[in-house]
This record gives sequence, C-alpha cells and structure tokens, in this order.
Amino acid sequence: MRVALAVLCFLLLSAEIPLAERRSGYEFMGRETRAMQDDDSTNPALFWLADGEALWNRKDGAAAVACSGCHADMKGVAARYPKVASGMAVNLEQQINGCRTERQKAPPLAYESRELLALTAYVARQSRGMPIAVEWNESTRRGQATFNRRQGQLNLSCAQCHDDHWGRSLAGSTIPQAHPTGYPIYRLEWQGLGSLQRRLRNCVVGVRAESYAYGAPELVELELYLMWRARGMKIETPAVRP
Amino acid sequence: MARVSVTVPSSAKRGEVIEIKTLAAHVMENGFRHKQTGEPIPRDIITQFVCTYNGVEVFRAELHPAMAANPLLVFNTVATESGTLEFKWLGDNDYAATQSASISVV
Repeated sequence: MRVALAVLCFLLLSAEIPLAERRSGYEFMGRETRAMQDDDSTNPALFWLADGEALWNRKDGAAAVACSGCHADMKGVAARYPKVASGMAVNLEQQINGCRTERQKAPPLAYESRELLALTAYVARQSRGMPIAVEWNESTRRGQATFNRRQGQLNLSCAQCHDDHWGRSLAGSTIPQAHPTGYPIYRLEWQGLGSLQRRLRNCVVGVRAESYAYGAPELVELELYLMWRARGMKIETPAVRP
Repeated sequence: MARVSVTVPSSAKRGEVIEIKTLAAHVMENGFRHKQTGEPIPRDIITQFVCTYNGVEVFRAELHPAMAANPLLVFNTVATESGTLEFKWLGDNDYAATQSASISVV
C-alpha cells in the first residue's frame, strides 16, 4: 500500500522527462548556430578560452602561485560540479574563487566578470564530451523543489515549461529541456560568454519573480538539480546558444 | 588590444575553392544605446575588413552598427598560388588589427 501510494504521488507530482527522451539545447538550434558550435574556429568563446589559459598559468595573489602550480589537468572536473562541501553546494565558479582566496591569497573574482568566465570556461572545456555525474543529496533535493515551485507574477515553475512543454514555442523561440550541458555558453543574444546563473536569472525575471543574487545558495542548488537532471549527458562547453 | 582569429587551410590544390574563417574580438557598440543615467554610449564598431591574397584584394566587407559583437566572417576564394593571405580590420577609435596566414598550393 505504501509503495503504491508513493508511486501514485510520484506520477501526480512529476512529469520528469524520461532519460532516453532528453535532448541537449543543441538539438533545438538552427543549422547555422550548430555550425558555429561545431567548429572551434568559429565559436567566439575561443577568445575567453585563450584568456582563461593565460589566467590559469599566471602567478597571482600573496602566495604568488598559479592555478597550474597545483593542478595538472582538469579533465572531468566540470562534469562533477556543483559539489557539496560541508553541507553547502558549491559551483565551479565558487570553487575557483575558493582556490583564489584560500590557496593563492588573492581577492575573489566578481561573479560574471570576464576573468571568472574565462577561467571557468577554460576548466570546463577540458571536460567536453564527458558525461555529467553529480550527486543526489539534500542540496539536489532543495534544487528540485525550487525547480517545481511556482513563482513570480506569472505563477510558473521551471518544470511547467521545461518538463511539460519543451519543444513547443514561447513567443518565437522553442522551449528547450533546460539541460545545462554547455556552460559557460556563448549566447548570441548576450553577444558574449555567460554563466548558468545568468541564464537562470533571465528565466526568473521572465516569470516576473524577484531574482536571487549571483552565487545565492538557491541558485547553486538549482544548478545542481539541473546537472543531476542532465546526468549522463555530455558536456559541450563552451556551447553556442541563440 | 585587438584580438583576431583566422583559419585558412595550410595547403590546397591549384584552382580549389577554399574557405576562410575570421573572428575579431570586438564589442560592436552600435551607438544607439544609453547608460542607465541617460548619457548615450558612443559608437564603437569595426567599419572595414579587407583580405588580400599575395597583394591582390579578394574580399572586402563594410560593417555597420547592426552587426553583432565579435563579428564572424566566413568567405571563399580560389587557391591560385602559394603565398600569404593578409587580413586587416579597421574601425572607430583608431581600431586596427592585422593578421596573416600562409598557404601552399600544389
């Protein structure tokens, strides 16, 4: 009886996309935008990657040590973030800033600054093609609750668009399934590179809710849930999106 | 600091149509926007792009305020002889960038 109830609750509450039906945002894009992403020499993110590599190898902070002074390669790291450390979900940007303040004794980089995006892209690029593998835990569960919670003046949850109505149109655009496979992304609308949190804040403003601040635990938990939801899908960083 | 990226095949057969891809890192500020305080943001765009192949102009583009940041230009030319392709971007506020690439034609 208890099992039957649990199954019933699951069916009523969740219209999660079956694993086999999940599709990256890439598959919803037009031919030209795909071509831009497919070819490293036409993806404008290459400028950020070059900056990121320079920053990675530059000695910084009071400790006068470069990222490359401790780390060899970062293959697969981005596929495991956000990660929970002492009860708090930490995303890749925050981990980079944590390393800066604790190891390099350098000031943290501002969220969404060119430097932080460049470093994040440089690290995440090394996981391209690797399957996303984040953990399910208490933070993931809170992220899931945020995903399913109606909010804003439009009283919409993330799930109502991205689980229930993906593939349909919102104004002129196709609603994707919201799998964060390629962040930081080069978004044509932004004419630049941007983080997943920037994208999430766009959506929150879209439903006319008050946005969380950059780096807020709610946003990091939502990132974690989205990554869990995209588990097994391949990292595309730096992706191009319309 | 002007930064550009150019992709040219390193070798080609004589008479072959080759594809050239160029990207320039540039904000392409269109001059129609205003800051939150109301002052206009002055125009800052790339206005011209020229590609020469062993000194002969093979492609030229004029860019205007409606073009997006980091303009990507992809075009074709015919591989006639081994030599050098020169690329030049010019724009507002004395923006200038040059790049070259060599190609061997067999």
